[in-house]
Amino acid sequence: MMATKPLKKLVIGGVELNSRLFVGTGKFSSPEAMAAAVEASGSALVTVALRRVDVRNPEDRTLSALDFSKYRLLPNTSGARTAEEAVRLAKLARAATGTNWVKLEVTPDPNYLLPDPIETLKAAEQLVADGFVVLPYINADPILAKRLQDVGCATVMPLGSPIGTNRGLKTVDQIRIIIEQATVPVVVDAGIGMPSHAAEAIEMGADAVLINTAIAVARDPSAMARAFRLAVEAAVLAREAGPGESTAKARASSPLTGFLHETKGAAS
Amino acid sequence: MSSFADVMEQTDFAAVRELIASRTASDVEHALAAEQLSADDLAALLSPAAADFIEQMAQRSAALTEQRFGRVVQMYAPLYLSNECVNKCTYCGFSHELKIARKTLSVEEVVREAKLIREEGFRHLLLVSGEDRRFVNIPYLLEVVSEMNKIFDSLAIEIQPLQEDEYRQLVLAGVDGLVIYQELYDPERYRLYHVAGPKRNYRNRLLAIEGGGRAGMRSLGIGTLLGLGDWRTEAWSVGLHGRWLSRHFWQSRLAVSFPRIRDCAGEYTPDLPVGDPEFVQMICAMRLFLPDAELVMSTREPAALRDNLIGLGVTRMSAGSKTNPGGYASQDHEGEQFEIEDGRPPEEIARIIEERGFEAVWKDFDREFVAPRGG
Repeated sequence: MMATKPLKKLVIGGVELNSRLFVGTGKFSSPEAMAAAVEASGSALVTVALRRVDVRNPEDRTLSALDFSKYRLLPNTSGARTAEEAVRLAKLARAATGTNWVKLEVTPDPNYLLPDPIETLKAAEQLVADGFVVLPYINADPILAKRLQDVGCATVMPLGSPIGTNRGLKTVDQIRIIIEQATVPVVVDAGIGMPSHAAEAIEMGADAVLINTAIAVARDPSAMARAFRLAVEAAVLAREAGPGESTAKARASSPLTGFLHETKGAAS
Repeated sequence: MSSFADVMEQTDFAAVRELIASRTASDVEHALAAEQLSADDLAALLSPAAADFIEQMAQRSAALTEQRFGRVVQMYAPLYLSNECVNKCTYCGFSHELKIARKTLSVEEVVREAKLIREEGFRHLLLVSGEDRRFVNIPYLLEVVSEMNKIFDSLAIEIQPLQEDEYRQLVLAGVDGLVIYQELYDPERYRLYHVAGPKRNYRNRLLAIEGGGRAGMRSLGIGTLLGLGDWRTEAWSVGLHGRWLSRHFWQSRLAVSFPRIRDCAGEYTPDLPVGDPEFVQMICAMRLFLPDAELVMSTREPAALRDNLIGLGVTRMSAGSKTNPGGYASQDHEGEQFEIEDGRPPEEIARIIEERGFEAVWKDFDREFVAPRGG
C-alpha cells in the first residue's frame, strides 16, 4: 500500500470547509427526514438537484427545510444531458441563490447516470470562464481529472461505482492515480454504500466524500448519517496520526536473498 | 436502424405463451436470484408458477425501486385536449362511431384547465387526446405547448402517432415526454380490436415511438391495455419492448404503464380480465426485469390498490384526473374516455404517500433543460 498523503486543510474555491463529508438531498422520504440527516452528518456542504427544487421560490419545501447558515449550498445540474443544459442550469442557480458554486453533472444516460466526459469538460471550461467554482462529477479517469484541473475546476469528483449502487470503491486503482496526481481536492462521489467505504476513501488519500443514497434509503437516515460522520472523522484522525506502513507479508525471511546476509554474517 | 416491430413480427406468440406456461418453480427461483434477467427469466416471473413467489417478488421489487429511485413518488396529471377520434376501437370511449359529446379545447380553455391543475400542485403535465389531425395537429400543439411552458416544468404527450420531424418540432418547443401504448403486442389480437382507422396499422404504431426516441424525447412511455389479450405474453412483450427502447435510445428514460380496462361509453367489458394478484405479479416482474424504468399508476385503479402499490415498484402516479376535455373546469363527466376509480383529490393522495413513508415529488424536471420559460 502506498504511503498516505499528509492531510492538508480542505479548501475549495478559497473557502475552508470543516467537514470532509458532503451530502446529497435526493431520495429521502420527506424534506424533514432529509434535513435531520443533513444535520446529523455534520456536513459543511450540501448538494441539491436544481431539477427537484423550485430554486426561484424561497418557500420551496426542500430548500426551506435546510439551515443554510450552517451549510454551504452546492446546487447540482443532475438531469442535464449536454454541456449547454448544464451551463443554463448553473446560471439559473446562480441568479436565484447567489452562489457561484456548482456541482457539474452531465449524465446523458438516465439509468446508471454515468457522466459524459466530453460534455463535462466543455461545460467546465465555460463555467470557469464565467466565474463559477466548478466541482465536476466524473468517471474515475485520471486524464480527464487532469484536463478538468487544467481548465480551472476547484475539485475533481470521481465515482467509486455508479450512483445509487452502494457498491463501494470499485474504481479504486484509478482513484488512487487521481489522488496521486491531483493538484486540486479529490472528492469521491457516488457508489459509497457503507461507512467503511467512506473511511477507505479518506484513508487512501481522498480529501472528502459525497454520500446520498446510502443515507437517504437507510431505515434510519439520521443514524446512518452519523455513522458516516464518525467513519470520516475516524479516517481523518488516522491520517493525522500517521499510519505505519502496511505490507503484504511479515518480513522475517528473505528466501531469495538470505544467502547475502549469511555470507555477511559469516565474514564478520 | 432496425425496429422493434421486426422483433414482434418475428415472434411466435403461441410459442411464447407455451414458454411462459411451462416455467417451473425452479425457473422462478433462478430468475429471482439473477442480477441481469433474461427474456426467459421474465417469462418465469410472469408464469403461473410465480404466483407462489409473489411475496419474494414484491420484496425484491420494493428494494430495487428504493435503491434506484429512493423513497419518492413523482406526481403528474393528465389534461385531455380533445376526444375527437378517427379510429374505431372496440374498447375505447372515444371510438369514432360512438355518439358522445365531441369537443376540442381552444387554447384559452386549455390554459384554464392547466391553471386549475397547477393550483392542485402539479408541475408535470400529460397532454392527452383522441386521434384526429383535423383538430389536434402541430400548429395547435405548438400553441398549446408555448402556453403550458409558462405553467409546468415537464410536458408529455399522449396523442396520435406523429412523424419524426413533427416530434422534433415538439421537442424543440418544450415537450420532453412521449407516451404511446401499443395496446396489444400480439398482432393478430391487435386486429380484432382496432377495426378501422389509421390505428389499425400495428407496425406504424410501434414505429412512431421510435421516431420520438430519435427526435430526442427524454421519456418514452409504453404499455399494453390489460383486458384485451393474454396478459402474460403481453407483459412479456412490454418488457422486451422496454429493454429494446432503452438500448437504442439510451438517453431516454423508459416509463411503463399498466392500464386496466374500465367501464367507458362503449360499455366494453374486458374479454380477458386481469385480477389484482396477477396485476401485482406483473408490476413486480416488470420492476425486476427493468430496474430503471418508471412504473406508472393512473387513477384507473381503485384507491386501496393504489395505496398498497406505493413503494412496491410504482414510481409515478396521477391524481384527481379528469378524462374528458374541459373536465377540470366543468366538473361534469360528459365525453369521458373512461371512468376513473380513484377520485380522491391530489392533496389527499400526497398525504397518503407521505404516511407510507414516501415523499410526493411534484417537480422533478425544470423548464430550463428544454426551453426557457415563456411569458
